[in-house]
Amino acid sequence: MKKIDRRFFLKAMGVTAATLAVGTSKTTAGDPAHEVGDLPELKGILFDATKCKGCYGCEYDCAWEHELTEPDVIDEDERRKTDHTRRTVVNKYNTSKGEVFVKTQCMNCNDPACGAACLTQAMHKTKEGSVIWRDEKCMGCRYCMVSCPFDMPKFEYHSTNPKIEKCDMCYHLQQQGEMPACAYNCPNGALYFGTRRELIFEANKRIVENPDLYYPHIYGEHEAGGSSWMYLSPVPFEELGFNTKIQNKSYPSLTKGFISSIAPVDILLPAALLGIYEATNKTKPGTYEKEELS
Amino acid sequence: MNKAASQPLYLDNRENNTFKFILNELKPKGKILTPFNIISIPVIITGLIIMYIRFTQGIGSVTNLSQEVPWGLWIGFDVVTGVAFAGGAYVLVFMVYILNLEKYRPIVRVTVLNGFLAYLFYSAALLLDLGRPLSIINVIIGNSFGVSSVLFLVGWHFLLYMLALLLEFSPAIAEWLNARKARKFLSGLTLAAVIFGITLSALHQSGVGALFLMAKDKIHPLWYNAYMPLMFVVSSVFGGISMVILEGSISRKVFDYQLDKDHHKQHNSILHGLSKVCAVGMFVYLFMQILIFVHQQNMPYLFSPMGYWFMFEILGFVLLPMLLFFQSYRTYNISMIKVASVLTLLGIVLNRMNISIIAFQYDAAVRYVPTWQEFVVTLTIIFIEIWVLRWIITRMPILRKSPDWVNNNH
Repeated sequence: MKKIDRRFFLKAMGVTAATLAVGTSKTTAGDPAHEVGDLPELKGILFDATKCKGCYGCEYDCAWEHELTEPDVIDEDERRKTDHTRRTVVNKYNTSKGEVFVKTQCMNCNDPACGAACLTQAMHKTKEGSVIWRDEKCMGCRYCMVSCPFDMPKFEYHSTNPKIEKCDMCYHLQQQGEMPACAYNCPNGALYFGTRRELIFEANKRIVENPDLYYPHIYGEHEAGGSSWMYLSPVPFEELGFNTKIQNKSYPSLTKGFISSIAPVDILLPAALLGIYEATNKTKPGTYEKEELS
Repeated sequence: MNKAASQPLYLDNRENNTFKFILNELKPKGKILTPFNIISIPVIITGLIIMYIRFTQGIGSVTNLSQEVPWGLWIGFDVVTGVAFAGGAYVLVFMVYILNLEKYRPIVRVTVLNGFLAYLFYSAALLLDLGRPLSIINVIIGNSFGVSSVLFLVGWHFLLYMLALLLEFSPAIAEWLNARKARKFLSGLTLAAVIFGITLSALHQSGVGALFLMAKDKIHPLWYNAYMPLMFVVSSVFGGISMVILEGSISRKVFDYQLDKDHHKQHNSILHGLSKVCAVGMFVYLFMQILIFVHQQNMPYLFSPMGYWFMFEILGFVLLPMLLFFQSYRTYNISMIKVASVLTLLGIVLNRMNISIIAFQYDAAVRYVPTWQEFVVTLTIIFIEIWVLRWIITRMPILRKSPDWVNNNH
């Protein structure tokens, strides 16, 4: 082996470090899919809790559209959650301003945690805005479920070929130029479908025009880096069971530091280990035969 | 376990026919009805039946996993904890091959074997937990690489590290098969395998911690912190070494007939040296825990049930074994080293289970408690691993000395 002297070693380390410095700055600057913030042409849906009358129609439309179990007789006082048989639920909350109905489903985040978590890219943020799940790629590891701050991907535990169920804003309908089933069918105009830019404009307009009616916050504009689903409410969002501890930075940003440090370690550590090996090797080269495992 | 003391130590019934030799080696050696076999065989059979049910009726039919707690005992213990326990392999090869600490050479081979088997069987546990195990091929053949996924990086580093371990171990297989040329070639690859193995280990050990970084709101703040990857690496150093100490002490008793007299003298000196590695590693870990605790202003959480549980983990299973390791190093107390290593291992189990299960969704209405089937399958995997380990140790030169031709052939 070529003898590595200190100068060569330092030079090698310097060159590697410089390469990495260039490399990392590139990865953080580029890659628009992971840029946090508003991508203007993403589609989304605005849910206005002041308009929802609690008819549960969207639950039936969703079940019909995605061939899921039709909802049973709904007990209004029961707090239900989405699961592998229903992608959306509407729950009633008794608040300081009386009864308020809230629809719950996957938020379709701009920079989804599930998408960053998925090791087969089965969870995928489309350029239209939907976060879709792709059957043929998924290996059922459920890391998306561990990562999702809203606990929205749902798994079929009793299937031998389990699927992940969650709202994808009817991606198949959007591709045919149609609206998501729930937004199309809502009789009370509580669901408003459009680009995120339009939705934020519309939501702000409603808040400004009716300051007494609305709580001045759009849930989903910034939460978890922003999402395609956004909410308007007459009361603070804590009262409606929303998770208000959600951070405004996207969740994949939490692992970015770790992921970008992998390449440097993969390159630098072997060099350092080889250096230490040479430094601690007490015998002079050529004077002994290396012993192997014994 | 297998007390085949009546068997000759150096089997030289290798005929020219390798195939015949392997067939002969496949036959059991030693007694069949040992206490270990009597316990493990029914467990393994039950476990295999449960696995069959799992593959025909879905994961939910044998586990208590839910939509809120998607990872249970099979991931939290078998994989997350198991990886830390297998950390001894990379620490020890670092000491022997990189730092050239010849003192520890006698235990390298058995540690590497243990590490390799641990990884092999924990990946089997992982496959059991996958909803669609066959689709794991997507990650390997690359028709859809999720390169932004921590799990993807962990998986690949995991896989490559298994190859590195196999390479590090392969000279022993060559010696067993009497393949002299292959042995020479394979042992030439050892240093490269060691260097890449250590690198891959550092990254997948930290990666297991990084898996939980996105579960920020779900893990109790006493356990969640941005430095989890670093904490996982540091704890894998003393966790892995504690496993080496414990496992070495057990196999020294069980496979006593394979060892020569020199080894017994060396062994205590090796344990003594390792106790210092653990003590220092645990000191660093404890110091980091305190820094994080202060930095995150976790004081308000301390006097609550979760806070007491946290103190139980840190004081009882980090501070206490650390002091025991220091004390036993100073007084050369070998049995205290063993006690400390057991406490340390329990601490690693506690820490990994806390992060992946107990402090995960800590405020959920319905807590996850594993079913008995989950425990049985976990035990099954461990028992099968021990069976394979025993099979290899009684046949290959792992604990005993390599055949004479290895040293004469240079």
